[in-house]
Amino acid sequence: MSSTMKTVAIASAVAAALVGQTTTVAEAAAKEKCYGVSLAGANDCAAGPGTTCAGTSTVDYQGNAWTLVDAGTCMEIELPEMADGTPREGSLEELDRDLPA
Amino acid sequence: MTVTEAQFREALLDPDAPVPAGLVSATGAPAGARYSVYRNNVTVSLCQALATAFPLVAKLLGPENFAGLSKLYVRQHPPTSQLMMFYGTEFPEFLGGIASLAHLGYLPDCARLDLALRQSYHAADGVALDPAELQMDPALLAGLRLAPAPATRVLRSSWPLFDLWRYNTEAGAPKPRAVAQDVLITRPEFDPVPVLLPAGAAAWLDALARGMTLGEANDAALRDTADFDLSAALSTALQTKSLSTLKKDKTL
Repeated sequence: MSSTMKTVAIASAVAAALVGQTTTVAEAAAKEKCYGVSLAGANDCAAGPGTTCAGTSTVDYQGNAWTLVDAGTCMEIELPEMADGTPREGSLEELDRDLPA
Repeated sequence: MTVTEAQFREALLDPDAPVPAGLVSATGAPAGARYSVYRNNVTVSLCQALATAFPLVAKLLGPENFAGLSKLYVRQHPPTSQLMMFYGTEFPEFLGGIASLAHLGYLPDCARLDLALRQSYHAADGVALDPAELQMDPALLAGLRLAPAPATRVLRSSWPLFDLWRYNTEAGAPKPRAVAQDVLITRPEFDPVPVLLPAGAAAWLDALARGMTLGEANDAALRDTADFDLSAALSTALQTKSLSTLKKDKTL
């Protein structure tokens, strides 16, 4: 292949890759931190040993532990009611409910 | 008589070694079983660290097999750094050297994946390449140098590494197919994510990481995989934010 042909081939491959990037990037980014929905010890964290976040939630639905969920679904996740009958919902902000004693 | 730190440490990872002679408690009583309890705690805590560090391998082997193996490993390879999140760098080779695991040929690659996910997690933040930055004079594209983001890792495997990871971590994922899979690990947001790479893309990313231009890297990938598709590889790299911005960031 001549260098001109190569330049053209690369330019067209880049152009093809750029088509549709705006939508796919937006989709890939569609995750949000959702507080108060993780089961005990199952909160998301891939930090590994010697760190303080991996699976450290100690009660179910702990209010200050988060899980990554699809954007827009955090508040819709079905959770059991609290002991006093009030509904329990996920939140994009840290919650002060269900904290370990 | 006092016990030196070297003597104290020497017996720590060998359960058959005698308690260092002359080791006494604060009240002057011989340490005896107290040293053995401490010695046991050291091994157990390192085994627990290894299980946290290699979730995929731990899942594949099951708790009993993993516990037995990790005891062997931690005594042969005690931590060399205080940074426990990087513990276990020799674990893939160690697994590859265990004759009784030879039938699970994919285990070392699975350990490499666990390791790469952690390294990616702790890698520096970086500004990702914005697709708009590639909208330039097409004649300049072939000479462009694109660098992988700090959190980008690439694993080449002769096993269905991505399928193995997905089957063992996601509920309802399909069974691994009998194919070789290269895996890209990137941090598009907060946590590292493994992504299946199209054929030849690993060679392409490797060439970019070595400082080759887009044109040179494309040639290198074509030599590796005859039907390498630059457009598909670049698409994956842009979507997963695997490449660094071209802008020389003066504020960071």
